[in-house]
Amino acid sequence: MSLPSGVFQESYGQDMAIFRTRTHWILLLAFLALLFTMPVYFSDRMLTILTIMGITIISVLGLQILTGYCGQISIGHAGFMAVGGYVSAVLTAKLGWPFWVALPSAGLGAGIVGIIFGLPSLKIKGFYLIMATVAAHFIIIWVILQLYGITGGADGLSVPRPEIGGLVIKSKASYFYLVMIITCLAIYLAKNITRTRAGRAFVAIRDNDLAAEVMGVNLWIYKLTAFFIGCVFAGVAGALLAHYYAFISTDSFPFMNSVWYLGMLIVGGMGSIAGVIFGTVFLKLLDELVTIFGPTLAVIFPAIAAQAAASLGLIMRGLVIIIFLIFEPRGLAHRWELIKSYYRRGPLSY
Amino acid sequence: MISFLQLVVTGFGLGMVYALIAIGFVIILKCSKAFNIAQGQFVMIGGYLGFTFLVTFHLPVWASLIAAVAVAIVMGLLIERLTLRPLVGQSVLAIIMMTIALGTVLDGIATLVWGGEYKAYHGVLPTMTLKVGELSVPPDTLIGIIVSIIVVAILMILFRYTKTGLAMRATAEDEQVVQSAGIKVTTIYAISWVIACVVGVISGILLGSVSGVSTALEEAGMRAFAVVLLGGIDSIGGAIIAGITLGILENVSVRYLDPLLPSGGGLANVFPFIVIIIVLIFKPHGLFGLARIERI
Repeated sequence: MSLPSGVFQESYGQDMAIFRTRTHWILLLAFLALLFTMPVYFSDRMLTILTIMGITIISVLGLQILTGYCGQISIGHAGFMAVGGYVSAVLTAKLGWPFWVALPSAGLGAGIVGIIFGLPSLKIKGFYLIMATVAAHFIIIWVILQLYGITGGADGLSVPRPEIGGLVIKSKASYFYLVMIITCLAIYLAKNITRTRAGRAFVAIRDNDLAAEVMGVNLWIYKLTAFFIGCVFAGVAGALLAHYYAFISTDSFPFMNSVWYLGMLIVGGMGSIAGVIFGTVFLKLLDELVTIFGPTLAVIFPAIAAQAAASLGLIMRGLVIIIFLIFEPRGLAHRWELIKSYYRRGPLSY
Repeated sequence: MISFLQLVVTGFGLGMVYALIAIGFVIILKCSKAFNIAQGQFVMIGGYLGFTFLVTFHLPVWASLIAAVAVAIVMGLLIERLTLRPLVGQSVLAIIMMTIALGTVLDGIATLVWGGEYKAYHGVLPTMTLKVGELSVPPDTLIGIIVSIIVVAILMILFRYTKTGLAMRATAEDEQVVQSAGIKVTTIYAISWVIACVVGVISGILLGSVSGVSTALEEAGMRAFAVVLLGGIDSIGGAIIAGITLGILENVSVRYLDPLLPSGGGLANVFPFIVIIIVLIFKPHGLFGLARIERI
């Protein structure tokens, strides 16, 4: 079981709670305190890394619901992020909408585009669906480039700093707070979505869609719901990214990002919200390691100096995904559960 | 009219190469039920191999071809044994992610070895021009058509008249029956990966000799997916027909539609994806694919 021994549920409320024991609450509060005091003792560079990590977590949460829970594999997630980013950018920069209205609109816009490209999922699955989502990514980027008058095409668009109630979010630290608050809310929301009726329906569809349909799960509605929810998360993440850089262009959403998001799911663990956090942090830290050690490697092997960093990044990330697929297909989240149960049962495991 | 026919002819040549790439994909899919996203990377590696052997080492064409095929065989065997064998029986997603990861590793290796730069080797392959009336077939197109036809013919003979080919077709039909008949399925998997690698490398050399090679060459793989989906995912004949259709359509539509678009077009880049979406919405199993009926 996922609880320490000696803890008993006495009501349905207790049984459904995410944080059940006093230790859970203490750990949560300690973590939040640590998280929100980070600007005090971390440099701006660390804050940048953490902010990008937070934005990525929001996006991958959407992908987790869509792919990990509902089984609809999507390699077009960066495209949906681009939709959200551009919706928010155009609304704030061209129409002068406030940030707190533009952000939900970005989520909504991405969600609607997600539904449109989710329509083929009603007829197809597996590889066919993957190709449909890949196509979605490239078509979205192409349309954005074609709508020159609205989006600025290849030149991009500068985006104003977010402003909430007269407070302009300008410094790295304040943006870090904004992103972290939204990230925590998104994690809480995603965790709860997976426990609702819709969440259970998603799991049923993932495990066997025909059986789910026979049981009375409406595939049509729930598959599109999954696409909508997944893309809303992506849209919000895209909008946050656009406002963070204060600039948006299609280069911010490369196709390979969609692939890495799936990689984060593999590394973290499919069908687990905690897995999203593990996977994102793991792969992002790996990137940072490559950034740090790339130049060192270039000094050791001068022959490959020019391309060392770029190629090392690609090879490392590819290898990590290959190794996880072969040796730990259930991801870090599964490993974490094993460690927890070992700790709870030890020293007398049964 | 002549310019239109000219576009059709060059499109035909391009389409044959796309079909060749698509065939590699279909062979792996039929034999080992694995969707190989890394097929585009095989093509890119092929292009770079062609550059290395033809330009850097100054080998004659036949020797470079043999050397490239040898490298492709080793590559296919290694890939199958190290990455795909441990995943036999895993979910579609696991296998697809594996081939994607494989693709990025190959990308990284290409960047490491060749710097990921643009390399051109025009005119190294033998040239011959064919003129039919006012219509001229460019030399590289002609070479593409001839080599593609030869490779397809060899594959057809392999599948139709050899024992290995028979075993591969049987594996595509039913793995368990094949195993009980004493055929080693893992060997068949390895052979199918080797064939896919060889075919990919050859088409890479062909494409590289036309337009040069860079890491962008792997986008040819994306076009191959459009070909595969249009032709039906498990049909080799479908892949050939769809490849030619798509090559011609792409050439013609880019020529006539691009000027009509607001920001200068770039239709060639999205054309395969538009085809993919249309095919998936209206005819998910392609023109010649087998529609599968699922039961619980």
